[in-house]
Amino acid sequence: MRYSIFSLARNAFGHHEGWPAAWRSPEPKQSYDVVIVGGGGHGLATAYYLAALHGIRDVAVIEKGWLGGGNTGRNTTIIRSNYLWDESAHLYEHSLKLYEGLSRELNFNIMLSQRGVLNLAHNLHDLRELSRRVNAIRLNGIDSEVLTPVQIKAMVPILDTSPDVRYPVLGASLQRRGGVARHDAVAWGFARGADARGVDVIQNCEVTGIRQRNGAVEGVETSRGYIRARKVGVVVAGHASVLAAMAGFRLPIESHPLQALVSEPIKPIHHSVVMSNAVHVYVSQSDKGELVIGAGIDGYDSYAQRGSFPVIEDQMGALVELFPIFSRLKMLRHWAGIVDTCPDASPIISKTPVKHLYFNCGWGTGGFKATPGSGWVFAHTIAHDAPHALNAAFTLDRFSTGALIDEHGAAAVAH
Amino acid sequence: MLLIECPWCGPREESEFHCGGEAHIVRPLHPEQLSDPEWADYLFMRSNPKGPHRERWVHEAGCGRWFNVERDTVTHEITAVYRMGGPPPNPSAAPGRKR
Ligand SMILES: Cc1cc2nc3c(=O)[nH]c(=O)nc-3n(C[C@H](O)[C@H](O)[C@H](O)COP(=O)(O)OP(=O)(O)OC[C@H]3O[C@@H](n4cnc5c(N)ncnc54)[C@H](O)[C@@H]3O)c2cc1C
Ligand SMILES: [Zn+2]
Repeated sequence: MRYSIFSLARNAFGHHEGWPAAWRSPEPKQSYDVVIVGGGGHGLATAYYLAALHGIRDVAVIEKGWLGGGNTGRNTTIIRSNYLWDESAHLYEHSLKLYEGLSRELNFNIMLSQRGVLNLAHNLHDLRELSRRVNAIRLNGIDSEVLTPVQIKAMVPILDTSPDVRYPVLGASLQRRGGVARHDAVAWGFARGADARGVDVIQNCEVTGIRQRNGAVEGVETSRGYIRARKVGVVVAGHASVLAAMAGFRLPIESHPLQALVSEPIKPIHHSVVMSNAVHVYVSQSDKGELVIGAGIDGYDSYAQRGSFPVIEDQMGALVELFPIFSRLKMLRHWAGIVDTCPDASPIISKTPVKHLYFNCGWGTGGFKATPGSGWVFAHTIAHDAPHALNAAFTLDRFSTGALIDEHGAAAVAH
Repeated sequence: MLLIECPWCGPREESEFHCGGEAHIVRPLHPEQLSDPEWADYLFMRSNPKGPHRERWVHEAGCGRWFNVERDTVTHEITAVYRMGGPPPNPSAAPGRKR
């Protein structure tokens, strides 16, 4: 069914009780051309583009929980493409461009709001580094500019820009095309689009083993039986190492909790996205009025989807330092996701030592912004058994060759 | 919040410590003889297990000394604390380094 103003009106008369399910929930078949492990945004986008662009429709997405219940549904939804190195800039910009047309392409409102993302500088070094970045980013044809404190104050009046604070705001970079989107909608939109093209989206089905013969993948063991597959793509974020162990190799990945909070809802007051790497906080306001607040990772390995209070305390301290007006807000909800951090803070979208087994992981704290682009290049990689030019540098091999793509400055804390 | 037992200072709260990641990764004696993938394995590859994990911690805001901890990465329960260079306890409980 196509969603439109007419379908909305028609269903309003039926008290919205007549909407059909947005995707089927089929029983897993015994075999598929391609099995995608992980029903987060990246896995669903991969399946969608396999069917939509590569004509590969005999595909299943296998999710152990519910769609988007991993990091996709837990993230602070900041989208931007202002990355330093050419490889990353091209990949993230491709993704941002796909985002810009995604609601139309999927016929599903992902609520993309390009309200501008500001990254603050608090000392001279920050400011020089930030200017260098802006120049590099502009050379790649991506919008980016440096703002003075006066310009920042005009854009975000509630930000404390007085010079006598512990971390004065000396400047900021701004990507006007950056912003936020509705995370669930991204997952659901891709699921619905993939389903409409014949993909089986299977929830509550955990992959427990990866079968191979003569160095090539044969299929996956699941909690609902064995499923044969000619090719398998694994996109499980924080669980990447667990799946790699099933296939008999290791990854340069560590899994950490990343926490976020939302405040009680308040009237619209914060109209952009503000991030600060130096004091470790980033904040936007949702359409419901809640502040959406994120920080840095907890320092130890964990699969627990919960973090520690010292991190929250630091995060709240930073928030109130920047926005004194928020000091009496109550926090409403708090949670964590398990992020897959990579030594160079760049993703791995790659073939593996096992033939026809592909991994897409290492997005760490910042992969929501890459969801459509990641699925797009991963689908290409699986369909052609070779990477697209956009992800050719993001191989697992780069840790042996030394060609790392160090994006700590763009990604370590911030998203 | 974790309560971590420093072998020298006793139980202190997590914020006094810093986690140094997976323990028992031995630096190869002759790095020049390793292939690039072998060197990458030493430098970058990690077991990152879901379950018991042996890791290094440093009492940064205390005595400044390093030690080993065995901790479950799902429950966060600390099952052992032992000194640097010491043999890992509970050999049956931990998966060790998977290849
Ligand atoms: C608190 C927080 C804030 C963040 N903020 C931002 C941000 O502002 N901007 C940004 O760009 N990024 C952000 N990120 C990062 C972003 O959320 C992730 O990089 C991205 O969503 C990863 O998407 P994914 O589809 O790969 O992973 P996920 O959505 O985690 O999907 C992986 C799926 O695999 C499933 N799975 C795991 N093991 C198995 C198995 N054995 N069998 C079957 N299924 C399995 C999981 O259940 C999960 O649903 C944030 C993350 C967190 C946690
Ligand atoms: Zn001590």
